Amino acid sequence: MIRFENVSKRYPGGYEALSGLNLHLSRGQMAFLTGPSGAGKSTLLKLIALIERANQGQIHIDGHNLAKVGRRGIPYLRRRIGVIFQSHKLLFDRTVFDNVALPLVISGYSTHDIGRRVRAALDKVGLLGKERAYPVTLSGGEQQRVGIARAVVNKPALLLADEPTGNLDPDLSREIMQLFAQFNQVGVTVLVASHDLNLISRMNYPILRLKQGRILATGGMDEDAGT
Amino acid sequence: MKRAQRSTRPSTPTPIGQGATRRQSFDPRQWLRSYGRLHAQVLLASLGRLYRTPFSTLLTMAVIAIALALPSGLLVVLDNLQRLNTSWDDSSSVSLFLKQTVNETQADRLARELKDWPRIAEVRTLHRDQALKEFQEFSGFGSALETLDENPLPNVLELRPASADTPGQDYEALLDDLRRLPEVELAQLDLQWVRRFGALMDMGRRGILVVGALLGLAVLLIVGNTIRLDIQNRREEIEVSKLIGGTDAFIRRPFLYTGLWYGLLGALLAWILVGLGFWLVDEPARRLAGLYDSSFLLSGLSWQGTGMLLLTGIALGLAGSWLAVGRHLSAIEPT
Repeated sequence: MIRFENVSKRYPGGYEALSGLNLHLSRGQMAFLTGPSGAGKSTLLKLIALIERANQGQIHIDGHNLAKVGRRGIPYLRRRIGVIFQSHKLLFDRTVFDNVALPLVISGYSTHDIGRRVRAALDKVGLLGKERAYPVTLSGGEQQRVGIARAVVNKPALLLADEPTGNLDPDLSREIMQLFAQFNQVGVTVLVASHDLNLISRMNYPILRLKQGRILATGGMDEDAGT
Repeated sequence: MKRAQRSTRPSTPTPIGQGATRRQSFDPRQWLRSYGRLHAQVLLASLGRLYRTPFSTLLTMAVIAIALALPSGLLVVLDNLQRLNTSWDDSSSVSLFLKQTVNETQADRLARELKDWPRIAEVRTLHRDQALKEFQEFSGFGSALETLDENPLPNVLELRPASADTPGQDYEALLDDLRRLPEVELAQLDLQWVRRFGALMDMGRRGILVVGALLGLAVLLIVGNTIRLDIQNRREEIEVSKLIGGTDAFIRRPFLYTGLWYGLLGALLAWILVGLGFWLVDEPARRLAGLYDSSFLLSGLSWQGTGMLLLTGIALGLAGSWLAVGRHLSAIEPT
């Protein structure tokens, strides 16, 4: 599902976020990505979602070589990837329902389908009663769950999360991680960047440790992830 | 896939995230329907957005309306003047003064000949005796004229030309032909100034075109600037839309439709303004026409003119927003 081959990313100004990184995550797998700040976790996720482009190396997502995806192709690639951000990136002038519906609206679903799918997604994250609420009235954990509902409403085969529990207390964090595990159980490939080692080491998934733009070691149970 | 979802209870952890890789086969009718739905949604949503900020919307509308109403109002005025001009054209006539040597019977014969010319609608003969009598009666020189030995007046034919399509233009050729007749001493167009007026109107039309083009440019810039501010205000939304797979067209669309609404609403308001102006002037114009014993009636914007006004508004609104969108949307990329 995700394959990095000797990928380097240098930002303008010379800072090298990733250098010669190799990574393989097969379909239906779930893994955590960890490492100190500035190790390249966010950069790695951004490369997958084509928010940034690699300077060197090859990235294949679901069989597509990202170097061959042009500017026009980016939206269609992004529709097949659900991304969850630490800062939620919700639209605060819209209801929870409208926020979650946005990916479906973009893809041109009918109003009927949108209603059905949005409610299913909100139900999944336990926010079915909050459809009409505005994000500002929700707690941090609830806002993050709205973000998750939006990421999965389109039924993507790949789910990326960048520090999804960054601002949450341990109990809420565990709930969120369990949610990801549930998605993984139904076949979604999940990659979660998190520095909450305490939490992720207790979950039974491979952990990719990034340091200075390289993957250092793979912990957890599945050894074929990483280098 | 759909059926699977419907039959699944919401609480069981199955449907979400599954099967997105399975792609539905392309169905043009379904594509068209979802495309049309997207457009209809955005069309209404952008109108709703304008409705939620009524004050600034009205302000922008008013500026556009004034800019559009000015040239269209002037064009209405010009059209009315032109119509007044053509009604004068109908009454314009050519006086044909015959030579002194031409007697009454010869004049009558010439009159009959001229009546057959296709370019001449009507000929009226004014015999010299009759003319002298009329002159004596109406001029007040009666007694002075009686002292004359012979009638100094020539026979006169008054012609009414068949109304020409272009006012003033056809007369010159007709006059030349008439002057070439051996019996004719002098051929004179009574309403020379009709042509001058026509030329003046042409100039006016040109002037309105220039003013209209400048004001159209102003509308373009107004809409462009409004949309630019709108884009800045919705920066976050644009970023998020791009992040979750919104195409450029999808992101562009609400702004283009907003521009379209601005143009259309502005043009509608302009139409109302022109109508209001017309209504204010109509009554005095009627009175004035009454004083001149004329049946002249002011006419407001025609259906055609209304259509043109609305189309111009829409086109300018769309073009203005297109300008802004082209310049500013690509600058916003998620980071």
